[in-house]
Amino acid sequence: MNSQIYDVAIIGAGCCGASIARKLSAYEISVVLLEKCVDVGFGVTKANSGIIHAGFHHPITSLKARLEIRGNLMFDQLHYELGFPFKRVGIIVVAFSVEEMKTIEHLYSQGVANGVPRMEICGRERILSLEPQLNSDVVGGLYAPTGGIIEPYRYVFALVESAQKNGVEVKTQFTVEQGIREKDYWIVKSKEGETIKARYVVNSAGLFADEVSKSFDAELFEIIPRKGEEFLLQRNAKGLPNHVIFPVPGAHTKGILVIPTVEGTLMVGPTAIETDDKYDVETTSQNLETVFMQATYMVPAISRREIITSFAGLRPTMKGNDFYIEPSKKQPHFIQVAGIQSPGLTASPAIGDYVKDILKQEGLQLIEKKDFDPFLPHPIKVRELSFEELEKVVEKDPKYGHIVCRCESVSEAEIVEAISKGHATLDGIKFYTRAGMGRCQGAFCTYKILKIISRETGMPVEKITKRGDNSWIISQRLQALADEKAER
Amino acid sequence: MQERNYDVLVIGAGAAGMAAALKVAEEGLKTAIVDREPFLGGILPQCIHNGFGVHLFKEELTGPEFAERFIQDVVKSDIDIYLNTTATSMAVHQPVKQVNLCSSEHGVFRINARAIVLAMGCRERNRGNLGIPGTRPAGIFTAGLAQRLINIDGYMPGKRVVIVGSGDIGLIMARRLTWTGAEVLAVVEILPYPSGITRNIVQCLNDFNIPLYLSHIITKIEGKERVEAVEITPLENGAPNYTKTFKVECDTLLFSVGLIPENELTQSAGIKINPETGGPLVDTRLMTSAEGVFACGNVLHVHDLVDWVSDEAQRCGKELINFLQGKTEKIEQGKVIAGANLKYVLPNRYRLGEKNRFSMRSLIVRDKATLVVRQGEKTIRQFTLRHVKPAEMFHVELKQEDLNDLVSNGELLPIEFSLS
Repeated sequence: MNSQIYDVAIIGAGCCGASIARKLSAYEISVVLLEKCVDVGFGVTKANSGIIHAGFHHPITSLKARLEIRGNLMFDQLHYELGFPFKRVGIIVVAFSVEEMKTIEHLYSQGVANGVPRMEICGRERILSLEPQLNSDVVGGLYAPTGGIIEPYRYVFALVESAQKNGVEVKTQFTVEQGIREKDYWIVKSKEGETIKARYVVNSAGLFADEVSKSFDAELFEIIPRKGEEFLLQRNAKGLPNHVIFPVPGAHTKGILVIPTVEGTLMVGPTAIETDDKYDVETTSQNLETVFMQATYMVPAISRREIITSFAGLRPTMKGNDFYIEPSKKQPHFIQVAGIQSPGLTASPAIGDYVKDILKQEGLQLIEKKDFDPFLPHPIKVRELSFEELEKVVEKDPKYGHIVCRCESVSEAEIVEAISKGHATLDGIKFYTRAGMGRCQGAFCTYKILKIISRETGMPVEKITKRGDNSWIISQRLQALADEKAER
Repeated sequence: MQERNYDVLVIGAGAAGMAAALKVAEEGLKTAIVDREPFLGGILPQCIHNGFGVHLFKEELTGPEFAERFIQDVVKSDIDIYLNTTATSMAVHQPVKQVNLCSSEHGVFRINARAIVLAMGCRERNRGNLGIPGTRPAGIFTAGLAQRLINIDGYMPGKRVVIVGSGDIGLIMARRLTWTGAEVLAVVEILPYPSGITRNIVQCLNDFNIPLYLSHIITKIEGKERVEAVEITPLENGAPNYTKTFKVECDTLLFSVGLIPENELTQSAGIKINPETGGPLVDTRLMTSAEGVFACGNVLHVHDLVDWVSDEAQRCGKELINFLQGKTEKIEQGKVIAGANLKYVLPNRYRLGEKNRFSMRSLIVRDKATLVVRQGEKTIRQFTLRHVKPAEMFHVELKQEDLNDLVSNGELLPIEFSLS
């Protein structure tokens, strides 16, 4: 057993865990980030819609509204420091009746109370001039220019990279099974057979926060997965709006959105359906119908012929629908960060700060690091370069001239970089670089990427996976098959 | 930046690109050909089955053999070859066209050319395009990717395989996988008839007792990490009958559900696309909406046989030469309309004074079909076709004399093709 005792162990490397880890990396403490998946951000965060909410959906009496507003404001600085793609494209909520306009007025006054800057109530003419692609039946709506979009997984990758750069240790494929209180620290055991020790434990385990809490003999509560299905349409898709478009919200959901992603594709969704299976990320044909019916009602030009892929994710919801972020009342030095559903991504930077403050109140000594470096080098992305810039980059490293993923213009150098940062599965590379995320969905680049992974890591091709565990790609090399036959 | 000047730049070195490049180079035009892959031949080198060249060479060749005949000529010719090179963007609405290229081998450079041939081929439709419900595990491949993995890289994609779609690549892969020791459990086709050509149904499925489920669809994919099973449901009166759904346990799912011309470069250059074919709109010269930019092969419309690709590419090369020599710079053309039971007719223009060749695809399956070409109420020409089906492209020629009397007020009148 490793004899080191970490000051803090964070369970779950989603947007909350990553944000907490990055925040804590600014202090003179030892931190370990534990993740059960093969890569960080591969749980709830991966399927997040990527909206940075403006902060008008929830009343200020809730914790989530306060963290949402604060989180929103923090994204410019984070974007500047970490370089993940982020755009404040603005959010529009569209109303199609006088009754819906009443809800718009309510959202507006809620937003004003929450401190959302520069919101507008729009009449028909104003809303159509902001968003000419809207169904012309629109009556009016709400415009919140501070809303934005990011790629959630790249946000998490950047947070974790920055945390690591400042000394945080990351352990993937560490599925927390049990926490045992010893003297003044926790012993945390993994299903994979590893054990670590930590003085404080933060439970940001997303869908599994209830199970983790139980395994630490802390509070008993239930995380109810609420499934959301999304459909991704190609770049320059018909109907691609300028802003994120919301319908007037329902009782529990913000509704089906039309999202211009930060990379220029179009996304529609998500649905909101409660399920009892934390692994249920199946998509269904009924929900495709629902999503497109609602999306095309707002933006008629959207065509389902332009779908390139669909996916589903699960929101970790709890009774009461607010975030549950507080020290355990049953166990010492155990902080619950649970029920972080929408707007969790928006709130996540503020959650990092909030949990840091809780830890301090709970007695953790926090001394600022003198050499904390908040910046990450901005990685080169061939698709973002002008031809002249590309020329300079290729002169330095010819691997930038080898386009491996033609659909998203990803070069070999970018893939090598992803692997060097520890993203050595097909999905890890896809989410890090976008290779395989475009219109051909990997048909032209999978074989190239397999070879690059194998070359860079020394891993035989048959050991490479899509996303860890049993997600193998190649059953066997033909040569091995031939050898087997010859032996027989 | 390095700039290089050519008369003609051919983008894509598959069957179409090589044939077009050879044709124009024969004429003494200074020609370059670029391809993203490290070899010439496009998709042909991975098509190690036979059946290529029956029309063009009057013998049955494998894909690599067919490619080799062109490759040898290209290598021997004066054509400059740029492999491992990607065309990233192009400016085409001017007499000298500029194409930006990048490569790990040749660096970043620009080619200026008087004419361009688009020959980038096509890509495969995939699971996402079909919106098939279920999980998203590893083990889902397009048939072409699986073919590449086995035939070029020597990797087996799985052991128990279900193939979706009875397109030709899927059928060929059913046989290939069986030969390499995998078990092909089912081929599932949404249509009531196979999408691939008859020869492949017989030689790739029937000969190996692989079940073909016509009028069936995949209604669910199962498996958290790797594919574990699929649900197959019959269509009755056009709708899935879920009471008859059955499950097949498998570890691999291959999609052979059609091809899409690969025209992102074309579109980003502002060239008009025909929504019916997915390829650029072309006139009788196979010239796109940008003067001096031509297209041939699968980037123009998806072909069933490579022989037709080569044939079209040679024609394209000839048209390009005539254009650069000023013979067809100004040319009067009339509109061609795809009428009843036809998916499209290509090119969608005709011209006078010579014979015109048209390629088309049927929307119906029929023996002894009649193809009628009309101008208004008047029948210009009628053809009897032995057998038509959507999977097989067919061609007809209108003679010079068929197209007389089609001028009204100095304009060429539209003609319409229809099938019954």
